Amino acid sequence: MRFLTRKRCVVTKDVIVIGGGIVGCAVLDRLARRAASVCLLESGDDVAVGATRANSGIVHAGYDCEPGTLKARFNVRGNALVWQLADELNVPALKCGSLVAAREGGEEGLAELKRKADLNGVRAEVLSRERALRIEPMLAEGVVAALYAPDAGVISPYQLAIALADRAVLNGAEILTECAVLSLKKEDGVFVVGTAKGEFRAKTVVNCAGAEASAVNAMAGAETYRTEFRKGEYYVLDHTERENVSTVIFPLPTAAGKGILVAPTADGNVIYGPTSTPAEKDDTSVTAEGLEEIRRNVPLTYARPSFGKCIRVYCGVRTVVGHDFIVAPSEKVKGLIITAGICSPGLTSAPAIAEYVEELVLKELPLPLKESYIVRPPVRPRLADLDEEGLNALIAKDARWGKIVCRCEKVTEAEIVAAVRSPLPARTVDAVKRRVRAGMGRCQGGFCSTRVMEIISEELGIPIREIRKGAGHSEIALLAVKEDGYDEV
Amino acid sequence: MTKYDVLVIGGGPAGMAAALAAHEKGAKVLLLERDVRLGGILNQCIHAGFGLHYFGEELTGPEYADRFEKKLAKTDVKVILNAMALAVGADGDVTVLSPEEGLVHLKAGAVVLAMGCRERTAGAIALAGTRPAGIYTAGMAQKMCNIEGYLVGRRIVILGSGDIGLIMARRMTLEGAHVERVIELMPYSGGLKRNIVQCLEDFGIPIDYSHTVTRVVGKPRMEGLYYAPVDEHRKPVLSEEKFIPCDCLLLSVGLIPENDILNGSGVEMSRVTSGAEVDENRMTSVPGIFSCGNVLHVHDLVDNVSHEAEIAGAAAASYALKGAPETDGGVFGVNVGKGVRYALPQRVHGGGGNVEIFFRTDNVYKNCKVVAECGGRVLYSKKRMIVAPGEMEKIALDRSALDGDVTVRLEI
Repeated sequence: MRFLTRKRCVVTKDVIVIGGGIVGCAVLDRLARRAASVCLLESGDDVAVGATRANSGIVHAGYDCEPGTLKARFNVRGNALVWQLADELNVPALKCGSLVAAREGGEEGLAELKRKADLNGVRAEVLSRERALRIEPMLAEGVVAALYAPDAGVISPYQLAIALADRAVLNGAEILTECAVLSLKKEDGVFVVGTAKGEFRAKTVVNCAGAEASAVNAMAGAETYRTEFRKGEYYVLDHTERENVSTVIFPLPTAAGKGILVAPTADGNVIYGPTSTPAEKDDTSVTAEGLEEIRRNVPLTYARPSFGKCIRVYCGVRTVVGHDFIVAPSEKVKGLIITAGICSPGLTSAPAIAEYVEELVLKELPLPLKESYIVRPPVRPRLADLDEEGLNALIAKDARWGKIVCRCEKVTEAEIVAAVRSPLPARTVDAVKRRVRAGMGRCQGGFCSTRVMEIISEELGIPIREIRKGAGHSEIALLAVKEDGYDEV
Repeated sequence: MTKYDVLVIGGGPAGMAAALAAHEKGAKVLLLERDVRLGGILNQCIHAGFGLHYFGEELTGPEYADRFEKKLAKTDVKVILNAMALAVGADGDVTVLSPEEGLVHLKAGAVVLAMGCRERTAGAIALAGTRPAGIYTAGMAQKMCNIEGYLVGRRIVILGSGDIGLIMARRMTLEGAHVERVIELMPYSGGLKRNIVQCLEDFGIPIDYSHTVTRVVGKPRMEGLYYAPVDEHRKPVLSEEKFIPCDCLLLSVGLIPENDILNGSGVEMSRVTSGAEVDENRMTSVPGIFSCGNVLHVHDLVDNVSHEAEIAGAAAASYALKGAPETDGGVFGVNVGKGVRYALPQRVHGGGGNVEIFFRTDNVYKNCKVVAECGGRVLYSKKRMIVAPGEMEKIALDRSALDGDVTVRLEI
């Protein structure tokens, strides 16, 4: 992988996956089990930096998808696979169930969801207010009934994608970041993918480019889609609010989406959101209007809004193509497999989409399973999960387990070093944050960022001046004190 | 591990002064510091202005810290660096993690909390717009500049006029950056008057009171921000929104005592200060647990921190060595009235001697009168030309005059 980043060259693979969101990572992970050379090209500085890092993190049960759609099929299958993956990959997840909370007049809506649940084969039950309160004591006063789905829950979406990427790399796949696809054409039956890091050739290409899926298709002369983008804004609340939320609380869904929810996160915070507003493709800015909409809506389902405990606001952008997912081989360009319009329930569906994409790839290329591959990568311990004895045993071997770097999230130096040295290394401050939560807490990295920068610098040999927050020119240390560099202002 | 009489959590100015005071009272003291060195936030405060009251001379932050470190070095106070207290239990058990000792549970005769405070962030104020490189708390920018030796911006806007923000306006200017302006939501500064003069006025840096940042633009690096005046409800008037190109926004929008490890301790907390409620010895509602410095309430001057920590350290030593003091004169609450945001200590024991009550006002008031009353009797009354939330006020009361709850208020 290293030499690829240094000079332009031509690399030939069996399969190239374009895009390192949750779908691309799940596809790469499935294909890495096969005796094939597979490679993922990601334009961002890390995997999981698009919609995958900024969504609700909900593992949907699948009751609200229109029966017979790909959404229904992949959501239901994906639900089972996500829980399995969370276990195999040690990704924070919580099967806490979900409630759709209906106010006066919403009973019909609940009955409709229950009907869809039955058709989709999803466990769900309409509960009276009294019974719903046993599951979620903090339902708002106006809530009269609720649909309970015990198989729903939450997972850390970016940690799932990163864990899939790491396992794929351990099983021999390659991932190139900051490697945007600039051209895609077919020559003599072989795809030629032009990137800033050289030319890649493959017999099969899987388009998992998310917001760019239609643009990537267009480069190859394949199908293009009218694509809409909708932003979703969120509040993140301090850990101290976690004890007040027991389950995922949705309002009744509308045409605009599943509505503004209240949910615990797999990492022990609480989120309020998302909004659903038409937006430009890359517009992840939070708006005052969006935040106001959340403040108005949360009290309709939830009795204990605590906006004062906010530690962060964020925004992600959904990519919407029509009413259903597109997961299919291109009819125009043989060997191109397309995933497009993977909005909600995309996170839950991703492993099932990957399973199906694998089938489609096998129709093109009969790739046998490897004789052996890693299902359970070595567990990287987290301080929070260790008991006293286990922790002291680790400290005895490596004193860095005794040094807290991120005091809010209690992350040790050993965990940060492990993140920087992981199969897909964390090269930026935000990449470390997504892997081990350093900087994710109430001080938002105010205390630990400088130390995280030093660790990245020491481990990867990158000068401090070149350590970035995330993508592009997001360096933090702009210039050294007393350096002559202000003339350009 | 050795048994200690007093365990001090935090090796900043409060922790060092508390440890020294406890040591002077004959206690065997353990001092825990989570960083690689003692001194806490003083290490990055390389400007002068510390020690005018305590030492009668003007020192930089590191010099101020150094004086206490040197004193500590001459004692047998045990210091463990890189040691983070993870939890304080209801029985005063302290769970500590350090590379040196691993995870241990320590029990001492008394515990002094001196963990300091943290800064409010862009997230805490739900700042709208993008979330690019270039948005930092003033304290982080200060650490980057003064400890690490790097600047985080070239064209800078500062939101909030807390003291660190004002200090950083001057510091970044001296290092060659251009500080465009300071934007303050309130109609007055949250910092010291002397910092407004010395850090802004002396450098020609404008400050817009009753304004706020409405949104940040740029991705992945900050390209600028919009700001606007606010109405009487502190809502931005968007028709008057203006744009400033800049690559850095520093936040100085408040400090929060960092008491998270107390969650399981049963210590009663004040909703106003976000610190513990204490008596005049700085003892919390849990006997044997004391609190001082910025973890108790955010101070304006480190000199006040040192004095307060000495009270707590000495009282902790006395508690550990002799048990709880006899309180025959009763316990009285200290309440606040008009114009006063909080007063501390929140409880005072009757008896002999003076007790100092510290308080902060809730607004800027000119030509007002500070009044302390007890059971309808005026214990203290004095005119003030001006009081402001940024400056901590202090009055002394004679404890023997107390026979009920005290109220501190302003006559405006």
